[in-house]
Amino acid sequence: MRIVKNSIAGTLESSDIHVEVSPGTGVEIDVQSTVLTQFGDSIKKTVMDVLREMEVGDVRVFANDRGALDCVIRARLETALLRAAGGDGP
Amino acid sequence: MSKLLASLGEAVTASGLKDGMTVSFHHHLRNGDYVLNMVMDAIAKLKIGNLTINASSIFDAHAPLIHHLRSGVVGGLEANYMGSTVGRAVSEGVLNKPVIFRTHGGRPSDIESGKSPIDVAFIAAPSSDSAGNCTGRFGKSACGSLGYAFADAMHAKKVVVVTDNLVDYPLRDYSISEAHVDYVVRVDAIGDPQGIVSGTTRMTRDPVALRIADLATQVISASGFLKDGFSFQTGAGGGSLAVAQNVRNIMREKKIQGSFALGGTTGYLVDMLEAGCFESILDVQCFDLKAVESLRTNPRHVEISASHYASPSAKSCAAEALDVVVLGATQIDCGFNVNVHTDSGGYIIGGSGGHSDVAAGAKLALVIAPLSRARLSIVVEKVLTVTTPGKTVDVLVTQCGIAVNPLRADLRQQLARAGLPLVEIGDLRKMAEETNGIPQKPDLEEKIVGKVLYRDGTVIDGIRQVRRPAGA
Repeated sequence: MRIVKNSIAGTLESSDIHVEVSPGTGVEIDVQSTVLTQFGDSIKKTVMDVLREMEVGDVRVFANDRGALDCVIRARLETALLRAAGGDGP
Repeated sequence: MSKLLASLGEAVTASGLKDGMTVSFHHHLRNGDYVLNMVMDAIAKLKIGNLTINASSIFDAHAPLIHHLRSGVVGGLEANYMGSTVGRAVSEGVLNKPVIFRTHGGRPSDIESGKSPIDVAFIAAPSSDSAGNCTGRFGKSACGSLGYAFADAMHAKKVVVVTDNLVDYPLRDYSISEAHVDYVVRVDAIGDPQGIVSGTTRMTRDPVALRIADLATQVISASGFLKDGFSFQTGAGGGSLAVAQNVRNIMREKKIQGSFALGGTTGYLVDMLEAGCFESILDVQCFDLKAVESLRTNPRHVEISASHYASPSAKSCAAEALDVVVLGATQIDCGFNVNVHTDSGGYIIGGSGGHSDVAAGAKLALVIAPLSRARLSIVVEKVLTVTTPGKTVDVLVTQCGIAVNPLRADLRQQLARAGLPLVEIGDLRKMAEETNGIPQKPDLEEKIVGKVLYRDGTVIDGIRQVRRPAGA
């Protein structure tokens, strides 16, 4: 999947995550989280997994997490990626 | 000789305060308090150092205190509760000595017995006369009860009353008598009324909290305590208030005449008093304006001292006469131990307050908590810090079911007979972990930054320094 424009998904409510996606060169990930010390590595891994599954190679992802469950992180990121793919997504 | 002095600096000098001594404060002005900061600034100007502060609680409004911890004006802290701002500095090791955490009952007990002597007590008083007869019932900074300040006033070597409403002598309706007071200082404002009490304490609308409150009410109902003579304590949190409202509805419907409500007081308890649910409210601290108003006007709403509330060494205390208490938890573990001192990262964010006192005193101590908050499991294998020992906690109520302490087989049977959804606490822990995932352990150092004293004075746990994350 090719990222052609900027997009966002999610909110900054507790237990949610706000994801911003934009076109980039290579994969660039920035994660902020209220539970960074407890789940920082896990969140980054989930983001990488989703990018791999959706075959996204060139992208910048900024995630501002407020304690979202893993399934929520996946859903928000997938949504943001599909919105940024400009209709030629899978 | 007049007790009235022109400034805090004069009062500090007159009190004879010297390096290494202990000063004390009470927290009825809560997050609106100016007095602790004003007094410590005056002390710093006089170049007195290495003091110990014994405060019933430290709030975020006391952030300027961090500067005095760094500069050495203050070398030690003792408190029953510490908000997360000063808590963070302490957790990251700003002090050489561990903070001594007590309970609301343990603190006056140690002051009265001489275990924790106070050299100079500063009493923030919303109204006082020139001799120091003072009260929290009225004045622009009215806070209601002064319950936690009594032990300080009666046992400190010197007592300074700080007020922003000086009234004609004698103030008749006093809480603390002039017999204990050495000096009185008038200042422009002792606090910010916005931070002292909230206008209204608000009921939760969170469906998870309401579900927990409903289950908790069913537990209270089935426990057999909800009958004539019932006594009750609950916190000011949304979930606790929802329980109070449910209990009120049942009491009115079944015409149950309760005995007393205890502890920190909200408008919801006042409503229950006025609706005839209880004979009286025994009040150590007011949380909102309605509680302050009620304490001022309703003779059945009574101010009590912290010792009367919960001291383990008093000849008796109200906590021991209590039927049911509803408590919260930051973490609760499979042994029913409760942590309200540290967050899951190990940082100090609170303290017992009266938590462990009333858990020990009440015949039925309920902890209400969601399985998790923002991906952090509340029900865990082992709490990071033990505030309240599991043997004093009878029931945990979550949105996914009710766990009864195995020590209370009688209660478990009673609740099972009532058809309540009982679960094992270990299963709740598993549910929480499966939902949230397994968190990385907090990065803690060996150094102890906080000692948790149980209400009888024994050290029940230590709080370790948190390693600051790289780049922070």
